[in-house]
This record gives sequence, structure tokens and C-alpha cells, in this order.
Amino acid sequence: MKLIIAIIKPFKLEEVKTALSEVGVEGMTVTEVKGFGRQKGHTEIYRGSEYTVDFLPKVKIEIAVADTVAAKAIEAIVGSAKTGKIGDGKVFVVPLDEVIRIRTDERGETAI
Amino acid sequence: MNILQLKPLRSLLAACLALSASAAVFAQAAAPAPAAPAPAPTLEQRVAGLEAYLGNGDPSAPLKTGPKDKDGNATIPAGLTTPSVGTAGPGHNGFMMICAALVLFMTLPGLALFYGGLVRTKNVLSVMAQCLGLAGLVTILWWAFGYSLVFGKNFNSPFLGGSEFFFLKGVDSAPNTDYAFWVSQNVFSMYQLMFAIITPALIVGAIAERMKFSAILVFMTLWMFLVYFPLAHMVWGSSGWMNGVWNAGASIKAIDFAGGTVVHMSSGWSALILCLLVGPRLGFGKTPMPPHSLVLCMIGTGMLWVGWYGFNAGSAVAADGVAANAFTTTTLATAVASFTWATLEYITRRKMSVLGFCSGAVAGLVVVTPACGFITPSSAMPLGVLAGLVPFLACTKLKGMLKYDDALDTFGVHAVGGTLGALLTGFFATASVNSNLSTNLKDIVGKSLWLEQVKAIVVTLLLAVVMTAIIGFVVKAIVGLRPTVEAEQEGLDLSDHGEEGYIYEPKS
Repeated sequence: MKLIIAIIKPFKLEEVKTALSEVGVEGMTVTEVKGFGRQKGHTEIYRGSEYTVDFLPKVKIEIAVADTVAAKAIEAIVGSAKTGKIGDGKVFVVPLDEVIRIRTDERGETAI
Repeated sequence: MNILQLKPLRSLLAACLALSASAAVFAQAAAPAPAAPAPAPTLEQRVAGLEAYLGNGDPSAPLKTGPKDKDGNATIPAGLTTPSVGTAGPGHNGFMMICAALVLFMTLPGLALFYGGLVRTKNVLSVMAQCLGLAGLVTILWWAFGYSLVFGKNFNSPFLGGSEFFFLKGVDSAPNTDYAFWVSQNVFSMYQLMFAIITPALIVGAIAERMKFSAILVFMTLWMFLVYFPLAHMVWGSSGWMNGVWNAGASIKAIDFAGGTVVHMSSGWSALILCLLVGPRLGFGKTPMPPHSLVLCMIGTGMLWVGWYGFNAGSAVAADGVAANAFTTTTLATAVASFTWATLEYITRRKMSVLGFCSGAVAGLVVVTPACGFITPSSAMPLGVLAGLVPFLACTKLKGMLKYDDALDTFGVHAVGGTLGALLTGFFATASVNSNLSTNLKDIVGKSLWLEQVKAIVVTLLLAVVMTAIIGFVVKAIVGLRPTVEAEQEGLDLSDHGEEGYIYEPKS
């Protein structure tokens, strides 16, 4: 099993959710985060006091998938989140040791 | 019958007989000779009294038909009066009650929102607590001593009023004709209270986010007695040292319609000294501290502008032509100043900001405050441009150069704006919009009035600066000014008030 963590531009969330749904991935966890890579921040000025804001708002999506689904899920995310401009984000793929469904105590791929 | 009941009954009877006998004797002795009936006013005198209501004049003037007194002034024959004398006029009185409410609205919640939005989330409640706390504190001080010290006169002093109105004794719905013919004295007192409340509330802008609540309350109590009450008496009291319009014996013949010196210069210059004494916020210059909600700030600005009509037009203490002119000049100066500030931002940074529009509007309101009832609408236009320009430079350039942490620009807007306004009043004031300028100042309006304004500016500045320094050091010694480092870092909302401004919890 894999845990796929994707950092994307916030306005792309709906598209990514639809694309994942089309490849059979229905559940996900979404967090609002901030960060930067190569994308530059911006400057704000309040009555003459300048502030450089380095951090940009992003959205983090976390999904647990079976190994067989992983490649299609990654393709769905990358395809729908891409704009071609700096700041599109990244996908991290992490091996997942165990998944448990709390309601039924199921374990493993059936719990995904 | 029981013997115990009999004896007290007999004593009671005896006492009643003795009492009624002596009453009869006294009644005979005190009966006066029948008095001459009070003279009746003529129909003409009564109509003239009513016309005085329309023109905000003296309703007892048409009754002055008696012999002249030793100063050569005509007197009123004994007992001659009309129903118009000693009574409030409904229109003027109603207007002033609304104006008092408008000025309170400027503090609660106008200033609370304007300042609250400019600080960080962890300190938003501290600003609001300061506004609320000062409203309560100043009201108590005003009731007990303040109103009398400003508007009384039995000290016969140019620097303080008197004690005759302590605890608002004798302050009822009859007008105090030293200040208004048609407004109840209690209404006038409450109206002036709102000015007394907002003045210290303005100061908190300079020391926002790093002065203890207890220290603020102690400081402001002393500040009211040592700065505000004396200054307000000097400028507005009937025997005031700097009351050029109404006090023929004033040493400094200065004019201040709604409080450029009394409210804005005093709070602004005091704010500078206090902010230097308290020191900058932790992390100032390194940690970014942008306003947490310009939404709140803008809403507060709108409330300040609307409420300021009560502040400026209401300072006519009548719903008359002077108030109407003040209403007009206030509107023009404010709108022009707001647009000017934003335009300067466009010139310097290519963007007009909401904070710029807000700051410009407040600056315009401040600068026109001393002038509004004395200048023409045409003069209000260039005044508005200067009101946008000079405070803009003070806030964006001066603060950066001298590096003082005037967190919410109380000095940049109120001190600089108030000083500018007081000076411009000296140049723009004209009796053509306010005939009261001809009473004692006919020879200097349009000529050397500006010099009197400069004198008043210097006196106000020195009083505010010197007293604030002294009070600041005293409060620092007794109570301490700053919270602990931990308290300041966790935020004054928690450390001073035990509350959080925003609690956004997950929905279930």
C-alpha cells in the first residue's frame, strides 16, 4: 500500500478530486497549508511598513491506495493539478505499513 | 385599659397640642404682606423669545427693560419672565442628544474596530477592553469632578473651572446659558463626556499590544486630571485662558471649534511620549506585524466618519446655521483627504489601498475638527488636500526615519493632523460663516489669529508632553508599564483579559 501526499495549488482541488474519483479513489484527507519552493512570494505594504510574504497558500491531499492503484492515482493527480507555471506543487509517495478501518476493525487493503 | 397604654397616649396628645399651638404662633409671625404681582411679559417679548429659539439667541434679551446695573448692562425687572427662558428648545436639545450618541458611537464601536483590526489577532480584545474600560472610568471621573473642573467657574481661574458642579450637582434639564441657551445642561454635560471618553481612547493606539491594562487605567486617570480637564477648560471653559471666541479676557485668543487641540493634539503628542517611554513591541522591526483584519478596520472607519458629524456639527451646541456649515466642511475635507492619501499611494506604489483610504479619511476628519465651524466649504477643499498629504508623510516617511513604534499611527494622524488643523484654522477662519468670531475677535480674524493659534499649539504641546512624561514615570514606578515577556508573547487578550477573540473550532 502507498500513502500519496500531494501539494497542489488551492484552486485545483475540485479538478483533482474529480480526476481521482474517475480512477476509483473516493476518500481523501485535505489540509490547508503554506509553503514555497521556487515560486516567489509577494510584498504587502501597510502605511509605509513593508512585509515580504514568502509563504504561499497551498492545499495538501493525502490518500491511501493499494499498490495496483498507485500509478493511476499519481497520473490523475499530476494531470489535473498541472498548470505549467511555477508553483504547481509536488507529489510524494510513501510506503504504507498498515491501514485499519476504525468502525469494523478491518485491516490491510480491504480497509482502504 | 392597661396602664402602659394610657401614659404614652397622654404624652402623644400633649405633644400634638403643643406643636399645633406653636405652629399657629409661627404662622402669625411669618405671614408676609401681600407681594406686588409679577410683571407680565408683552406679546412682543414672548414672540421675540420664540424667535430666539429659531436663531439660537438669548430668549431673555427682549426682557432686559429694567434700569442699568453698575457695569452699564440693562437688567430684567424682578419676576419678569416668559416660558421660553430657562427651558431647553426641543429641536436643539434633540439634536444634541443624537450628537452625543454619535460621538459615543465613534468610540464604541468605531475606534474599537478601527484599532482592533490593525493589531494582531492575539491582541484584538485588548483594544476593545481599553475602549470599554475607558468609557466606564472616564464617565465616573466626569460625573464626580470632570464636568465641573472644565465647565464650572467658581475657581475664577483661567486654568480650571470650579467645584459647583461636582457630582453633577445642579446639572439638570435647564440650560447653562454660559454655554447654550437652548440645550439642557445635562445633555451638554453628557455630550462633552463623550469627548472626554474618546480622547484617552485615542492614545492607546500608540502603545497597542504592549502596555498592561492596569497601567493604562491608572495612567489615564492621572492624565485626565493633569492634561484633559485643564486643557478643555482653557480652550472651552467660559473663563478659559485660551478661549478666544467667548472669553473677552482670554490671554491667548485662540479658537478651536470641535477639539483640534483639546482632543487630537493632546492625545497625539501624549501618545508619542508614552510610546517612547513604553518602548517598542517585542520583535518590532524584525517580526512582521501586519493588521489582522482590514475588514474590521474599514468598518470602524465608516463608523468614525458618520459619528464625527456628531463631534463636529454638534460642537455648534445647536441645530443652527453654524452646525450646518460644520457638517458641510467636515464632509468635503474628509472625502478629499481620503482620496488624496490613496492618490499619493498610487503615485508612490501604483496601488490605492483600503488602509490608505481609511487613514486619509481619519486624517481629514482630524484636521477639519478645529476648523469646521469657522471656515467656508471652499476652504475645506485645500484643507482636505493638506490633510491627506501631511499625515501621509508623517506615517510613511517620518516613522520609518525615526523608528519609533507608534503602532497605530496615533502621533502621525492625531498629533500631526491636529497641529496642522489648528494652524490652518488660524488662516482660514472667517466671521462670514460664524458671526461669533466677531464678538471678541473682530480685530484679529483674518489677520493675526494664526499667531494666537501658534501660541495655543505650543501651550497644548508642552502641557501634553511634560505631563505625560511625568505621569508615565510615576506609573512606571508604581505599577509598571509593560506586561512580562511571556504575557506579551501569548497576547494581551489572554494575559490581561483571559479571553480569545476568535475561537474557530471544527464543526463537529
